Amino acid sequence: MVEIDKATIRKTYFWNDEKTRGVIYQILTAAAVAFIGYYLISNVQENMAKQAIASGFGFLEREAAFEIGEAPIAYSAADTYGRALLVGVLNTLKVSLVGMILTTILGTIVGICTLSKNWLVAKLGKAYVELFQNIPVLLQLFFFYALFYEAFPGPRQALSPLPGFFLSNRGIDFAVPSAHYAWSYMGWAFLVACIVVVIISRWAKKRQERTGQQFPKVLVGVGLLLGLPLLTWIVCGSPTEMNVPTMKGFNFVGGRNISPEFSALLVGLVLYTAAFVAEIVRAGIQSIKKGQTEAAMSIGLRSRHVMSLVIFPQALRVIVPPLTSQLLNLTKNSSLAVAIGYPDFVQVAGTTINQTGQAVEGVALMMVVYLSCSLATSAFMNWYNKRIAIVER
Amino acid sequence: MSVQVENKAIKPPLTNIGVIGWIRHNLFNGYLNSLATILIFILLIQLVPQFVQWAFIDSVWFTSGKECHQVEGACWSVVTQNIRFNIFGYYPYEHQWRPLVAMIILVSMLIYSRDWKKWSRKLGYTWLVALFSMGVLMKGGLFGLVSVESTKWSGLPLTLLLSFFGILASYPLGVVLALGRQSRLPIIKAFCVVYIELIRGVPLITLLFMSSVMFPLFLPEGVTIDKVLRAQTAIILFTAAYIAEVVRGGLQALDKGQYEAAESLGLTYWQKMRLIILPQALKIVIPPTVGILISAFKDTSLVVIIALYDILNTTKSILNVPEWTGFSTEAYLFVAAIYYFCCYSMSRYSKKIEKELEYKADT
Repeated sequence: MVEIDKATIRKTYFWNDEKTRGVIYQILTAAAVAFIGYYLISNVQENMAKQAIASGFGFLEREAAFEIGEAPIAYSAADTYGRALLVGVLNTLKVSLVGMILTTILGTIVGICTLSKNWLVAKLGKAYVELFQNIPVLLQLFFFYALFYEAFPGPRQALSPLPGFFLSNRGIDFAVPSAHYAWSYMGWAFLVACIVVVIISRWAKKRQERTGQQFPKVLVGVGLLLGLPLLTWIVCGSPTEMNVPTMKGFNFVGGRNISPEFSALLVGLVLYTAAFVAEIVRAGIQSIKKGQTEAAMSIGLRSRHVMSLVIFPQALRVIVPPLTSQLLNLTKNSSLAVAIGYPDFVQVAGTTINQTGQAVEGVALMMVVYLSCSLATSAFMNWYNKRIAIVER
Repeated sequence: MSVQVENKAIKPPLTNIGVIGWIRHNLFNGYLNSLATILIFILLIQLVPQFVQWAFIDSVWFTSGKECHQVEGACWSVVTQNIRFNIFGYYPYEHQWRPLVAMIILVSMLIYSRDWKKWSRKLGYTWLVALFSMGVLMKGGLFGLVSVESTKWSGLPLTLLLSFFGILASYPLGVVLALGRQSRLPIIKAFCVVYIELIRGVPLITLLFMSSVMFPLFLPEGVTIDKVLRAQTAIILFTAAYIAEVVRGGLQALDKGQYEAAESLGLTYWQKMRLIILPQALKIVIPPTVGILISAFKDTSLVVIIALYDILNTTKSILNVPEWTGFSTEAYLFVAAIYYFCCYSMSRYSKKIEKELEYKADT
């Protein structure tokens, strides 16, 4: 029998147990966070009571009493803070959506250019990426905004590269068709055409899987998308009258105007973010091994189909996740609008904070709006990414 | 009978080698590429001489603003005549040698320690001494130096200060957050996830706004923290969340066997992380980490919005002086060159260190 020496067995204390220790750590952390939270909140309440700052979101109902330079919905200084903030949100959404589309297009083009066999094209693409990635986006915004004000002439001497299109320090003015009921019908016709094209392409795909026969869906699709609105236009009496911007007093009247603030913001954001997107696209295409191209060619696909059926779908899987975060960055960077005076959400919220003094509510609103934008975009992109992910059998 | 075998190698045709060959291969391979080359060439011929004419031939370098308005070309005088305000901002004029010396110390320390083989305890102490002397130079109040309020700190020193300490403090914080997110303890994990996702979902501006308008409300009465420090805190908290996500990628990329091996050796959690996991995980993520650090450097320019005078804002205020309005292209190009130089050297450095660590792994 082995005599166990009692001295060699050390007593195990409860803090030597991993599980107990974990629980203790967590309780300590939670207590510390709760204490800090309580301390900060009580300070805020005390300070707000002393400075006589109201709390709660009651201010949303009150009159804003400030003007907003450009508003997609009707707005005047007599409207409420709530409506002013809504205008801000819409302005943010406007610049972000347009920016996302343009960035994706420009970034893809530049990314493909950097891989070009043409030395000059590849070098220019790389120079673009290097240059725009390494300069702060705020500096670029200031630069383009100043360019609008300093390099472009006043409205009287506006540059006109195309008839009905004017560049001046008041922004971009261009002609739009005059109001006519035909235009709204054409919009509906286009929508109908879109739905029909989707149905046809689904049917064509099923038929090809069943019978192997191909349907000229590109030709038919383009024909429908262009033809149906054109037909509507002719049926409605083909209106051709244009609303051309003309000089009246010191500024243009008529047509459509894009403000210098919006243009500078859009150009700056798109050029900056496209440099990052270009890098992502390049890396995505390079991640596809050469064997894929060779295999696709050896089973007899045309070069057009090699790209569209083999290379691109695979590259897309690599590209989409980082592309999402870049497009989200663009949305977040659109808040820099405040620096050049475009009335985006941050600017309107900032004015609201200054007027009401309700900083906590204002900052909370900013966070909620941007968080929901981010979550919505990443939810959509996750859905899209799942759809294009490899189907494993 | 012997046959003289001609053993001379036949050279390829002249059009396939040398300069002509290179041009044919890289510029004129195919109709589309030839067309692109010609179009770009025409564009460059149009633009480059115009730019050279504007920037160098017609330009003026050391004149007053009034004379500038009369010339066609670039007015670099806006940079040269205002260089001291542009770089040092509102720092008292006669004491501007102090931030200059501090910047020289910082840059030379960075250059000296760029080779990671020199990193040692001694270098760490040298850094502490250097940081202390830089602090004394900036702040004053010791050794007979006149005290300068931090509200007067501006220009390039402020940009470097915000980015250097932003990077220095956010890196360890980010690593801790990443470890917390990977932790097995659910409450700690939840806190880290909420923090990281919350910060990554909002723009830096909202945090800066928070630091400038909301932070004073958080403090008990009578306590104030100066504006530079508040902006610095916002930048650190923001950058840390991004670092945390990058480091998490590294932690997940490691083979599970590494974790299991470390545990089977009987290492404690911190030993396992410090000795086995982190050295490998952090090495994998050097390129994306440097990307984050470069963005952090660029993002310090956002303090313009809460009215701190970094180098971008001093440039803006020069352009607001009537004498110099209208020369923003020149002034912004100068600032852009400074930012470009810093970011470019950072990315160069990351590539270098990546290569060195790679080599070490092979031997």
